[in-house]
Amino acid sequence: MNRRATLVALLALACACIPFVLHSQYMLQVTDTALIYAIVVIGLGILLGFAGQMSLAQAAFFGIGAYSSAIASTTLGLSPWISIPFGVLVSVAIGAGVGYPALRLSGHYLALATIGFGIIVQLVFINARGLTNGPDGINSIPPPHLGTLALDTYQTYFYVAYGALLLSIYIAWRVKHSRIGRAFEAIRENEIAAQAMGINVTHYKVLAFVLASGFGGLAGGVIAHMTRFISPDSYSFDQSVIFLVMLVIGGSATITGAVTGAILLTFLPEFLRPLKDSYIMVYGAAVVVMVIFMPEGIVGLVRRLIPTYQTPPAAPMRATSNVADSA
Amino acid sequence: MATPILELRGLVKSFGGVKAVSGLDMTVNEGEIHALIGPNGSGKTTTLNVISGLYRANEGSVRFRGDEISQLPPHTIAQRGITRTFQNIRLFARLTVLDNVLIGRHTQLRTNFWMALAPNPITTAEEDASRRRAHELLAFVGLADRAHVRASSLAYGDQRRLEIARALAADPALLLLDEPAAGMNPTETDALVKLLYDVRDRGVTLLLIEHDMNLVMSISDRITVLNFGTHIAEGAAAEVSQNPDVITAYLGGPLDADFAPTR
Repeated sequence: MNRRATLVALLALACACIPFVLHSQYMLQVTDTALIYAIVVIGLGILLGFAGQMSLAQAAFFGIGAYSSAIASTTLGLSPWISIPFGVLVSVAIGAGVGYPALRLSGHYLALATIGFGIIVQLVFINARGLTNGPDGINSIPPPHLGTLALDTYQTYFYVAYGALLLSIYIAWRVKHSRIGRAFEAIRENEIAAQAMGINVTHYKVLAFVLASGFGGLAGGVIAHMTRFISPDSYSFDQSVIFLVMLVIGGSATITGAVTGAILLTFLPEFLRPLKDSYIMVYGAAVVVMVIFMPEGIVGLVRRLIPTYQTPPAAPMRATSNVADSA
Repeated sequence: MATPILELRGLVKSFGGVKAVSGLDMTVNEGEIHALIGPNGSGKTTTLNVISGLYRANEGSVRFRGDEISQLPPHTIAQRGITRTFQNIRLFARLTVLDNVLIGRHTQLRTNFWMALAPNPITTAEEDASRRRAHELLAFVGLADRAHVRASSLAYGDQRRLEIARALAADPALLLLDEPAAGMNPTETDALVKLLYDVRDRGVTLLLIEHDMNLVMSISDRITVLNFGTHIAEGAAAEVSQNPDVITAYLGGPLDADFAPTR
């Protein structure tokens, strides 16, 4: 265990050197974005990978965090260090409000309900002009400052995104390896048995949904103060699907999988850009191939190739049965 | 004088127009092995599902240590001290054997989300204690060396034993077993009987549904016989097996003259 901890610390330190190695502003921008997306996908991983509950509203919470933080900092003049946590709180509150009724549903019905919620949120971003400035979006979002230093370059902002990601990984890891994480997994594996073991299924499903909302909201706040401009089209249903694909490609039941999937699928479209219009076809085909040949994601594949690791469980895509044994 | 731990009075559970359980009375005494038997479709599993809260009773009462529990959700009933196994095994199949038992400890642990975030003495202590207890229970059911394999990779009989270990991990006062011997060979059944006695000797009351009559007659202190959702007999094994209603339910009534064989 100690060797592993050292390895993780060394890897984290090595990653912290990335801004000194990458000199292209463009590559740094993609890197920062990938780290922020990884936060969103870790959140989705807690909900889908750990607790087995589907959501296609993750981009909506990403947007709620972004808008809340952007509005708080532009209209109230709050520092981003305050407005980003404020965005997390708003996202968590809305997540709890939506999650409590929505998680009475399961399987396809839950997926549909979350799609509906995501679309409503985007419509609010577009139409609540007084608050969100409508389709024009919000610009002049301030960057955070460290003392007198404005963190307004992709190089400096890397550390904001990286810090938020490390915090997210830490929280997700602590949760996974606790009584809470075991309750999530029990619900994913067999809801009826989980109840019979004394697990309050509704409570833990809502908790997983709220955590997913919180991670989405954190990432939203972090990205808003990097791009300094946000508009409704970044928080569409399509974006929720992309987050889901990132998670499934990476391997949904592990934190490593969520991070790997997010980074890979943020870079992939950039590498495919020379293909111009046909890029989306190649991208789509690549995703299909990965899903077929790596049902447990990239992490699952790696663990199969390195037999010292046990294969992690794949994301359960089946609807959970709600009927107890019949007489 | 035996103390009742579980009392069912006038229990009714219907599905649409069908009454699966209709006016069932049953008393389970503390520290005993109590069997619930009856022909297929007589409402045994429905009764167990009502007791454990998976189904809500339409009428009647379920009292556990004197408290009415029939309207409580399943997780609360488990917290009160009733856990169970399932007829069609419901393990957390892709988790390890050890994790299955650790999940069974859920009600005995106090760590919440905030405590989980930061290392703290309460969580560390209860996790350590929980792991020790889980290993002890795995040894108790004979699965000590399988702790780190996936639950789904266990042999069938071992999966049933793991379900018992998982249910015991919650330190229940009453353990409900739905056909624990189903699909077991005679050797496995013998080992199961020994295990059930050991469980009882730990002070756990057992209520079991079982079709294996040899097993039922040999281990049960008391037996309740169900037919068409209501009890037709309750008592010690010897009394019940002599009861004419029970014989009729199991073997059919005396032959009608019309159907008498002709020579």
